[in-house]
Amino acid sequence: MELKSKDLLGIKELSKEEIALILDQTKSFKEISTRTIKKVPALRGRTIINLFLEPSTRTRTSFELAAKRLSADVVNISGTTSAVAKGESLKDTAKTLEAMNADLVIIRHSASGAPHFLAKLLRCGVVNAGDGTHEHPTQALLDLFTINEKFNRLEGVKVAIIGDIAHSRVARSNILALNKMGASVILVGPPTLIPPEIEEMGCEISYDLDSVLPEADVVYALRIQLERQKESLFPSLREYTTLFGMNKRRAELLRKDSLIMHPGPMNRGIEITAEVADLPQSVVTNQVENGVAVRMALLYLLIGGGEVV
Amino acid sequence: MFKEKARIMDEAAIKRALSRIAHEIIEHNKGARDVVLIGIKQGGVHLAMRIAQVIESIEGTPPSVGALDITFYRDDLSTRPKVEASLTDIQFDINEKVVVLVDDVLYTGRSTRAAMDAIFDFGRPSKIQLAVLIDRGHRELPIRADYVGKNLPTSLKENIEVSLIEDGDNDSVILREEV
Repeated sequence: MELKSKDLLGIKELSKEEIALILDQTKSFKEISTRTIKKVPALRGRTIINLFLEPSTRTRTSFELAAKRLSADVVNISGTTSAVAKGESLKDTAKTLEAMNADLVIIRHSASGAPHFLAKLLRCGVVNAGDGTHEHPTQALLDLFTINEKFNRLEGVKVAIIGDIAHSRVARSNILALNKMGASVILVGPPTLIPPEIEEMGCEISYDLDSVLPEADVVYALRIQLERQKESLFPSLREYTTLFGMNKRRAELLRKDSLIMHPGPMNRGIEITAEVADLPQSVVTNQVENGVAVRMALLYLLIGGGEVV
Repeated sequence: MFKEKARIMDEAAIKRALSRIAHEIIEHNKGARDVVLIGIKQGGVHLAMRIAQVIESIEGTPPSVGALDITFYRDDLSTRPKVEASLTDIQFDINEKVVVLVDDVLYTGRSTRAAMDAIFDFGRPSKIQLAVLIDRGHRELPIRADYVGKNLPTSLKENIEVSLIEDGDNDSVILREEV
């Protein structure tokens, strides 16, 4: 089986079977990162461009490591050091990169839809590494892989996503992906951070975290984007922490085998206390480790192997 | 379409061949202390397990057995349709060991080349040897097997099918011809 598109723009565009294929292939790639020589020649001679026009450490590093462990050549371009800072348009940047014969462009952009715009312009593949408040598909894929690794299933798993749903591309991609794979999603947060009509994506909503926790298989704490505080969407950080922060008392409401997840970077002491982040139930570092493997599988499926016959 | 031309080996013949290979491995390496077996996926893994069992019955201790997926090391990776990878499982140190690669059919030698490349990413064995159930000829690289179950000269129109109980079939080696 193969992926149907040359691009990964969002979870929305993937079928259940394609998600299952990526997760299944990830197992083979995870093993490579445990070797002394963490490199295979699967993408030898391919060129990948990391076009990161919004700050990122873990996603960019994760994509870069994934590409390098498959022997691809990687070029990193960031917003501040490129011609973008001189006012070059996204279209011109993209055309320039294509003229250099890149096989794949991985893009992070603050505007929702930027990867779709690129994908239409370019013959080479495009991967969305986070666009505005729209999607962050590889984050959802690595989260699904992490959940499946612990429970050996996704069907019927109950996931509570907590926090700023309205501004979170991680939440959107996860809701779509979990729904496609048969898991159920409950969103928890202050009403101002839960967008209207989000139930139509196929999830429940709660404003009371304590009542949700005993039922949840996974608690997924989102990062509170501190820059949003200026918009007065919630009264104070302290109030947010009191109502929706994962602390030790709340962690004790969870079943012993439930997981605590966070996409990083964590604001320790706000959405999650340091104590909870370091509990055995917390799989935050597994998420990071699995991120490299999922991205390796994805890169291989997109540009590894020959032409489709 | 391939039609069956001849039944080359049955259960008893495969058992005898693997048993002889196990004895030869022990004889050639003066025991099996430093020997590890690595089956090349998909065909070689079950054969490596069986050879390991015979070695254990003779030497008393089982040699380590691993499974190697060579998808990423194939020389035709970028020209043929996409192949799904499977899991490599080598849970032991291969440095200074005698690595016996095990495969079902030796044909062009390209899989063996890919397997050797893969092995060097895991360490530096003192020796690499090759055990195959069937050697059907038509080598395209300077590679030969150290242990052969059966030499079977074939034509390029023919195809060898190895079936094993572990995969839900009866043990058999069948020669098929393109029609």
